[in-house]
Amino acid sequence: MSIWLARLSVDRWRLAHAPEQRAAADAAPTALIADTAHGPRIAAANDAGLAAGARAGMLLADARALCPDLVAVPADPAGELAALEKLSIWAQRWGPWSALDPPDGVLVDVTGAAHLLGGEERLLTDVAAACARRGLTVRTALAPTAGAAWALAHFGPPGAILAPDDDPLRLLGDLPVAALRLDDDVLTVLRRLGIKRLGDLAGVSGAGDDPAREAAGRDALSRRFRNHRSPAANPLIRLDQLLGRVPEPLLPVIAKPQSMVQRRLMEPIRHRALLDRVVDDLAADMVRALEARGEGARRLELALWRVDGEVVQRRIELAAATRAVSHITRLFAARLDHVDAGFGIEVVQLRASWSEPLSLSQADLDAAAEQHGTSLAACIDRLSVRLGPRAVTRPTLRASHLPERAQGWQPPLDPLPPQQGALAFHARPLKLLERAERIAVLYASPDGYPQRFRWRGQVREVVRVEGPERIAPEWWRERSTARLRDYYRIEDDAGRRYWIYRQGIAGDGRGGVPDWFLHGLYA
Amino acid sequence: MSRSAIPFQPSPARVLPEARWRPGLAAHPFHSEIFAPATEASGAGLALTLAHDALTSLGDAAGEDARHVLWVQDRKAIQLNGRPCLAGLPPDLRHRLIHVAAATPEDALFALEEGLKCRDMACVIGEIAGNPRALNFTASRRLSLTAERHGVRLWLVRLDADPDLSSARMRWRARAAPSLPPRWNAAAPGTATWYAELFRARRHVPGEWMLSDENGTLHVCHPKPVARPAAAPDLVHLARPTVGRSLAARPRA
Repeated sequence: MSIWLARLSVDRWRLAHAPEQRAAADAAPTALIADTAHGPRIAAANDAGLAAGARAGMLLADARALCPDLVAVPADPAGELAALEKLSIWAQRWGPWSALDPPDGVLVDVTGAAHLLGGEERLLTDVAAACARRGLTVRTALAPTAGAAWALAHFGPPGAILAPDDDPLRLLGDLPVAALRLDDDVLTVLRRLGIKRLGDLAGVSGAGDDPAREAAGRDALSRRFRNHRSPAANPLIRLDQLLGRVPEPLLPVIAKPQSMVQRRLMEPIRHRALLDRVVDDLAADMVRALEARGEGARRLELALWRVDGEVVQRRIELAAATRAVSHITRLFAARLDHVDAGFGIEVVQLRASWSEPLSLSQADLDAAAEQHGTSLAACIDRLSVRLGPRAVTRPTLRASHLPERAQGWQPPLDPLPPQQGALAFHARPLKLLERAERIAVLYASPDGYPQRFRWRGQVREVVRVEGPERIAPEWWRERSTARLRDYYRIEDDAGRRYWIYRQGIAGDGRGGVPDWFLHGLYA
Repeated sequence: MSRSAIPFQPSPARVLPEARWRPGLAAHPFHSEIFAPATEASGAGLALTLAHDALTSLGDAAGEDARHVLWVQDRKAIQLNGRPCLAGLPPDLRHRLIHVAAATPEDALFALEEGLKCRDMACVIGEIAGNPRALNFTASRRLSLTAERHGVRLWLVRLDADPDLSSARMRWRARAAPSLPPRWNAAAPGTATWYAELFRARRHVPGEWMLSDENGTLHVCHPKPVARPAAAPDLVHLARPTVGRSLAARPRA
């Protein structure tokens, strides 16, 4: 549905008068003027002005020549656009979805909504009545496409309805090509081409009887307008939009209520400390309200109603959308220094008149870790993610006598399996080498342990020895040729303490001369 | 919290509570380095004992402290010096050790820093072999600041490393020392004993000690052993007094 507010600027100017003055205003020939490079030009004129000869687009000087007592009033295009925005929100009473059609129209999507008002005719009557009550001159039309509705509202009969199963060209064919919402220069071109009505354009460009002629005509027009990409400059696109052959996206108007919080105070406050407290509470409420909408405030207005009826306004603007209570409070604290409380303030209101989307961020994640440290689980997670899950482990005892098998590694936060207590008289080294390293025994004592050996290129003299501690191979697991180990704790001349073992005994029938290995380092 | 109760004084040049270091001091730095040869476990042993000393003197009773200890090693350190052996660890540490085997020194430094940031860690022990490029002064300063910020102590064992620039508050040089002969078998190796040289510290004058680990506690051994070798593994606690017949090994002290 298209609603054309045919005389929006004049209606607004008229409504700006008090009701008893409107008759006098109507009687006086008046023109709304806009300043241009060539002097004031008439934007619109009231009925008396039109009767006196003033026309939109005429220079004011020319109009004054026709009617010397023409009253000139400045036009207000920005105010009209704002009024149109409000009207388009208001027009959502007839349909769920409305779009601006500047400068002076509103498009409402009433698909499936007309029956709520008793049919399409009743809907249009209701629109006309509602607008008449508001003192607005409107022309309305209903059509399957926005283009067709616009054309009918501007150039068709009043209250025209184009049903979906009607042939659009039957009803629209007689309308002038200006009904296609084209730019003025394109209209001039079309006029020079001799195309004056929609029917002419359709006859040339398609929808005619002879497909071959139709294709040729359309081809010629499309070549004529091949550089015109914008719909407003290309009559073929506009015609297709009007006929519903190509989609026409519209930008809907969505009402966004401002976030507003307020406190009514049981007892009027007169002191700054209490006011600060109230502002603090309001800021917290406002932050909660903004957070629910995923927004941050750019401008905040604080209004203080005094008991004697005065209103004190304070406004802050923020460089970036913010939702920080302390920041807002601190900014307002600087602005509240010279508030005159009078007999007391009874209502405090905070309004976010400008807000911007500000997504919820989790910037606190690392800050909290910086402040209080991470938990053990978080620490393990970070380590395992970077170093791999196998790198972060905890040692566990396993049921084996062999030192390298007696210890397993499991994920650090898994529960420890039940395990047997270690034998306390086993003095085990602090460090166990990953693989026992072979040592070259240079001189063995008669007792069987080495007196001098070489490990990692250094010769060491054994000074003190304890052992052997015999650890037998696990026969249930290993082959029968596995040799036993005799472990010795030794200390060399420099005090270094090692755990060495001899693999096998001479003459055990499981190999030749037994080898010596260094397996662990004592602290 | 226990760690917030210890005030860290950033300018100890003015405050010298105790010029000479000794075991059991209340003020422990947050970042210490121990230089030790890679062919012995004296660095790790001294680090563990110093950590135990620090934690007990700070009032965290070792038996009640259930917080974990992070032990970070890089690959070269594991190759040279081996992994910790569970049965050889101090008994109060066995159930709460988390071991990190980092492939590179960079990863090891990352793990150390993450461990220092974790509030559930009692302390962090690191072992890094050599003088890797990643462990420069900036990295050590990072570790110091993180440790001081979060109040978790770090003992970093540097195996076969030159003492280059570092911001560690205490820097030790450790090597094994001949142990005192044990009480029952004088021919056997005794308890862990180290020559420890404190060559740089903020609060203490440098010095050299012979330290030993007696059932987990740190002791200063006097260079001349006393007539009765008291510093020995006293395995008496293994035997229970029997009823009716006293055990021969029971000490009459």
